Amino acid sequence: MSEAHRGQVVAHQFEDGGQQHDADTLGIWVFLGTEIMFFGGLFTAYAVYRSLYYPAFAAGSRVLDIKLGAINTAVLLSSSFTMALSVRAAQTAKRTALAGLLIATMVLGAAFLGIKGFEYYQKFVEHVVPSLDFAPQGEVLARLAPGGLGHAQLYFCFYFFMTGLHALHMIVGMGLLFVLMLRARRGEFSAEYYAPVEVTGLYWHFVDIIWIFLFPLLYLIGGRY
Amino acid sequence: MTTRQPIVPFRTYLLVFLALLALVLLTTGAAFVDLGRMNTVVALGIALVKMVLVMFFFMHLAHSTNLVRLSVVAAFFWFALLITFVFADYGSRHWIPDPAPWSSSAPATHP
Amino acid sequence: MSVVTTIVPEPHAPPAKNYLNVSYGWRSWLFTKDHKRIALLYLVSITFFFFVGGFFAVLMRIHLIDPQGALVEPETYNKLFTMHGIIMIFFFLIPSIPSVLGNFLVPMMIGARDLAFPRLNLLSWYIYIIGGTFTMYSVIHGGVDTGWTFYTPYSSTYANSQVVPAALGIFITGFSSILTGLNFIVSIHKMRAPGMTWFRMPLFLWSMYATSIIFILGTPVLAITLFLLFLERVFGVGIFTPALGGDPLLFQHLFWFYSHPAVYIMILPAMGVISEIIPCFARKRIFGYEAIAFSSLGIAVLSFLVWGHHMFVTGQSIYTGLVFSALSFLVAIPSAIKVFNWTATLYKGSISYDAPMLYALGFIGLFTMGGLTGLFLASLSTDVQLNGTYFIVAHFHYIMVGGAVMGYLGGMHYWWPKISGRLYPEPWARLAAAIIFFGFNLTFFPQFMLGYLGMPRRYAFYPAEFQFLNVMSSAGASILGVGYVIPLIYFAWSMRYGPVAGPNPWGATGLEWRTTSPPPQENFEETPVVTDEPYDYAKQEAGVV
Repeated sequence: MSEAHRGQVVAHQFEDGGQQHDADTLGIWVFLGTEIMFFGGLFTAYAVYRSLYYPAFAAGSRVLDIKLGAINTAVLLSSSFTMALSVRAAQTAKRTALAGLLIATMVLGAAFLGIKGFEYYQKFVEHVVPSLDFAPQGEVLARLAPGGLGHAQLYFCFYFFMTGLHALHMIVGMGLLFVLMLRARRGEFSAEYYAPVEVTGLYWHFVDIIWIFLFPLLYLIGGRY
Repeated sequence: MTTRQPIVPFRTYLLVFLALLALVLLTTGAAFVDLGRMNTVVALGIALVKMVLVMFFFMHLAHSTNLVRLSVVAAFFWFALLITFVFADYGSRHWIPDPAPWSSSAPATHP
Repeated sequence: MSVVTTIVPEPHAPPAKNYLNVSYGWRSWLFTKDHKRIALLYLVSITFFFFVGGFFAVLMRIHLIDPQGALVEPETYNKLFTMHGIIMIFFFLIPSIPSVLGNFLVPMMIGARDLAFPRLNLLSWYIYIIGGTFTMYSVIHGGVDTGWTFYTPYSSTYANSQVVPAALGIFITGFSSILTGLNFIVSIHKMRAPGMTWFRMPLFLWSMYATSIIFILGTPVLAITLFLLFLERVFGVGIFTPALGGDPLLFQHLFWFYSHPAVYIMILPAMGVISEIIPCFARKRIFGYEAIAFSSLGIAVLSFLVWGHHMFVTGQSIYTGLVFSALSFLVAIPSAIKVFNWTATLYKGSISYDAPMLYALGFIGLFTMGGLTGLFLASLSTDVQLNGTYFIVAHFHYIMVGGAVMGYLGGMHYWWPKISGRLYPEPWARLAAAIIFFGFNLTFFPQFMLGYLGMPRRYAFYPAEFQFLNVMSSAGASILGVGYVIPLIYFAWSMRYGPVAGPNPWGATGLEWRTTSPPPQENFEETPVVTDEPYDYAKQEAGVV
């Protein structure tokens, strides 16, 4: 396929490209609203148990690796930066830059997932995986015991549920980015038609915002002094 | 009505990104300082600022329609409803002390 | 004042090319992007689930003829009421009007060619089918016995039934609702025809919009709740287990945050249907258009603030209970506003008693009864007596069946000519409506009495003194069942042998009646431009059509 469409691709139900773009934009924001409520339910449950069992949650939080968490936060913010730039590249019809920035976003996303995976591995090694392998030893046990091991297990439930759900959303985002990158390389986007890039960008930024809150909520409870 | 996003300058994106990185450093560093209860407030406050930066600049909320902004506000408001009412329950559950449990030796006090 | 609307069938055949015959073959249906065809796909599916859920109800009512239980073991009875609830709520009531009538009518009523996202629309149907398959799997493999409310820790830890497939099925189907709501909101905001201002929209659109708000903001919370339940059950650990410090009440908070607004998902669309039928069959403009429109939005918002009234006796804080009780009284007001406005519309109207109107009138009466009995339950003190009894069962069936199902049937009859291009046989339709009305009241009115006298719900046996009322209820159920089967037969019959309908057999206002029956695939020959106010029946009656 030598040259893909240029300019507008307007679906039959819309009057013009502007209406389509408006509808796509509103649609993704409404969808993000559902995601806010989806994570919101989880955050509510977390907040309830944190307020009930604060010492256990603080102890569990200190078992996490704050350096890796901070680095991951920076990595994800960088991927949002490259994603925003890629939307700009689409708007300014820079096809190569667009594809390159999408690839950069994916690489950073993969780096995030890699670091997260390593952290999960660390938790397995420390035996703090709820139900499957919750038998902390040594120093970890000494940290968790005062708050109660049952409640500590509850904390780690939330750690794995929340970061796991977030990671799932990131994997979906990586898939979307990959498809987007292929379409960009085929020249499907232009200064008039770049809604898919913008829509995917909004989704990606939202996933970033979730992590912006997960970092303090999971890693920074009670401080590290 | 078309509301195409204006093209945000590279400089703006860069400045926002650098600000975000600075805030990550700030929030991580603040965790090592004993601020008592304020640790949580500071951490969440910084997260809020980061979120607002991402939403306004990366997600173009600064140039979006009022309808889009209303949708965002509505979603956050609804989440606030959920968490507020749930905490209203947990917060006030023990305002009335829990009654003593039944015991078989307790005399019957009502028919 | 006429008793019968004279319908003169068009002498010629339905339009040559319409959405039904524009293409043939199973691929043209299963891969369609046409909102009208997707509506029919939903129609077939929800009808299937209605009869599956109804089947469980029949078994329950047969069982309850005898105080000791006539049919099944108590463990099986638990599964019957659970499966009845799950299927009726999640696979029939919630999708019924939005996914069938909403999908068919929303684009037509706004004067558009389709919804904003046709492929998401088709996806929503497939998601619904996949979710339904998971739930049918659980039905076939022994069923669930937790009650449709899935309370923990029984559902998460102790139940030995097919909780996981059922919960997964509902989780998946929830995304179908979310996509439908998303589509409606974007379409109504962005795709209205020129001249179609918000206050020129038919009230059905206002109710679809309000319902969509609930879809968007409520369903995700149910999704995360069921997801957490799934994790707890599959991995043996979770956040609702008291053994780890978990609180079963947290599950209930999260569950009811969605499930209370869900009941408004079920009733708001029916209210929208009634707002369309009443003006048409009273030949009169609707009374209080703005009041009805804003009351729909009011219901959508207030519905999220009352969920704690399901938890008055569970150990929730009594102070929170007070707040929820007051708010529950408040939420009755917008519903009452609608009833007053519909009644005012009827006053001095020129009323005809075709089947849609019979259902609408039945709705007003039965919904009012159901709604008023809700006030007994909103009041903390009386709820202590009535919670967990058949009073509750009767209350919600008056609203869900006397209200929502009759609204659905009224809407199906009203728009059947538009959907199929054919007229259903009016005498049979009126007979079925009468049978349904009578059978319904015989089934559920005794249940108010049973609940007030203290018969608990979800019990497989009961004290002998309650037998007479139970037998009356079961007799009513058998009549109701017959009433539901009759429309199935004559709707099918009418598709082949019914008289050709013509574009506007009822002489109704609204854009959907300005195109052929059945409509062409693109809905309109050219995009309509709207200049009339809605429900302009006075203009019609004056001969200015």
